[in-house]
Amino acid sequence: MIKNIFIEVGLIARFTGRFFRELFKPRFEFGEFLRQCYFIGNKSLPLVAITAFIMGLVITIQSRPTLVEFGAEAWLPKMISVSLVREIAPVITALICAGKIGSGIGAELGSMKVTEQIDAMDVSGTNPYKFLVVTRVMATIFMIPILAILADGVSLYGGYLGANMHETVSWSLFWNQVFNTLHYADIIPSILKTFFFGFVIGIIGCYKGFNSANGTEGVGQSANSAVVVSSLLVFVIDLLAVQITDVLHLN
Amino acid sequence: MKQDNSDVITIRDLYKSFGDNKVLNGVNFDLHQGENAVVLGKSGSGKSVLIKCIIGLLKPDSGSITVLGNNVTELDTASLDKMRVKVGFLFQSNALYDSMTVRDNLEFPLRRHWIKTEKSKMTDLVMEALTNVGLPHTIDMMPVELSGGMRKRIALARTLILKPDIILYDEPTTGLDSITGKEISHLIVDIQKKYNTSSIIISHDINCVRIVANRVVMLIDGKCHASGTYEELENSTDNKVKQFFEQ
Ligand SMILES: Nc1ncnc2c1ncn2[C@@H]1O[C@H](COP(=O)(O)OP(=O)(O)O)[C@@H](O)[C@H]1O
Ligand SMILES: [Mg+2]
Repeated sequence: MIKNIFIEVGLIARFTGRFFRELFKPRFEFGEFLRQCYFIGNKSLPLVAITAFIMGLVITIQSRPTLVEFGAEAWLPKMISVSLVREIAPVITALICAGKIGSGIGAELGSMKVTEQIDAMDVSGTNPYKFLVVTRVMATIFMIPILAILADGVSLYGGYLGANMHETVSWSLFWNQVFNTLHYADIIPSILKTFFFGFVIGIIGCYKGFNSANGTEGVGQSANSAVVVSSLLVFVIDLLAVQITDVLHLN
Repeated sequence: MKQDNSDVITIRDLYKSFGDNKVLNGVNFDLHQGENAVVLGKSGSGKSVLIKCIIGLLKPDSGSITVLGNNVTELDTASLDKMRVKVGFLFQSNALYDSMTVRDNLEFPLRRHWIKTEKSKMTDLVMEALTNVGLPHTIDMMPVELSGGMRKRIALARTLILKPDIILYDEPTTGLDSITGKEISHLIVDIQKKYNTSSIIISHDINCVRIVANRVVMLIDGKCHASGTYEELENSTDNKVKQFFEQ
């Protein structure tokens, strides 16, 4: 069991090493990269938006009573903006994408593997690693930060509505408070970590798909473990990120 | 035996194993110009491994493979791609790209091998290949809309579109009903005649073998066990060979 985990980690590391080697070699599959970006955005935007909105709303409503107890209701926008932008929106986006995009990549490449489509590309003068893996990983690295920034906005809007349920907070007052609270030290690290979220979602999905066992069961398993492993890694990166910002006094 | 210069593929002492699983144990094999050679063997005997070594998808442990004068195991990526233009491969599972139409499937090898053609010329080539397999009307369909036999034909059309000198068929009739299997077998013979291709056909379908084979090679225990015409092997007294014909 432990041994298998180490073997798996080694194999993933090798797969990742190959990604960086192939990344800078021509021919760049730009068309396929754009196609993948479009798919990722198209597939996950509605889901990300809805969950981010609900999280913003719910967090605001639930934080209120505690602040009221301390007579610090006015701090509501301040508090939720930090927790939404620094933590909740990026992580929710990454988890949704791990579920939606990671499993999709795992299943798609897995079924291409077992039906020999990857071999067929190889004999048709196409490096399947560049055409399938590099494009997809680049697309997740590129798109997940964009989705996370959108999620920031939508969840703050949900927070605005939540804040207005018990009292009126004017639109301009709310946003003034939000932007007075948020510093670059909040925003930059939170965006930076989403690049890493995107990277693990893409690379794990591709790794699992490329190494899919034969048969329909193998494909299902690839999709499933792509989600499990990449979600877990999202939390590990999140943990590392908070440690790093702590050391740098950015928290 | 014919002379060496008429052999398009020469394989000498080929060994390949996966871990402890010794699949190929010293295969020697020649494919002569213009012939249809059938490789007959049980399921799991390493037939697919053999032709995947020929096309460079798998690397043998030792031995040499010469295809049209190229030593496959020593080619770099660019030369391997060049060689693969001349060697078609029909995959057992067809390997049609699910996300693309029939037209895009057929254009894929043309585009990817940097064969620059105008759009109208490309359509002509696609139509020619589709007509060869009798399915010109499917050009805008998706692979999922096609039956098993039609998919096999489209996959064959995709293999033909580069006008290869050699075609490797991996179990072309497996999984098809016997009538469709016969049609595919006759198609293989038609293609051989029309384009003067040399082919290796992997099969364990005796009906297909009877139709397509100029020569039959038995792959048993990782070696080419016997070789001859269909009739010669059918009347063989070797027990291992006889098994295949007692169906
Ligand atoms: N990529 C691979 N990794 C490990 N084992 C393989 C691989 N490809 C084939 N094998 C093994 O090699 C043997 C021969 O396989 P194959 O050539 O596909 O048989 P067949 O003659 O039915 O085409 C089988 O035992 C199979 O498990
Ligand atoms: Mg096989």
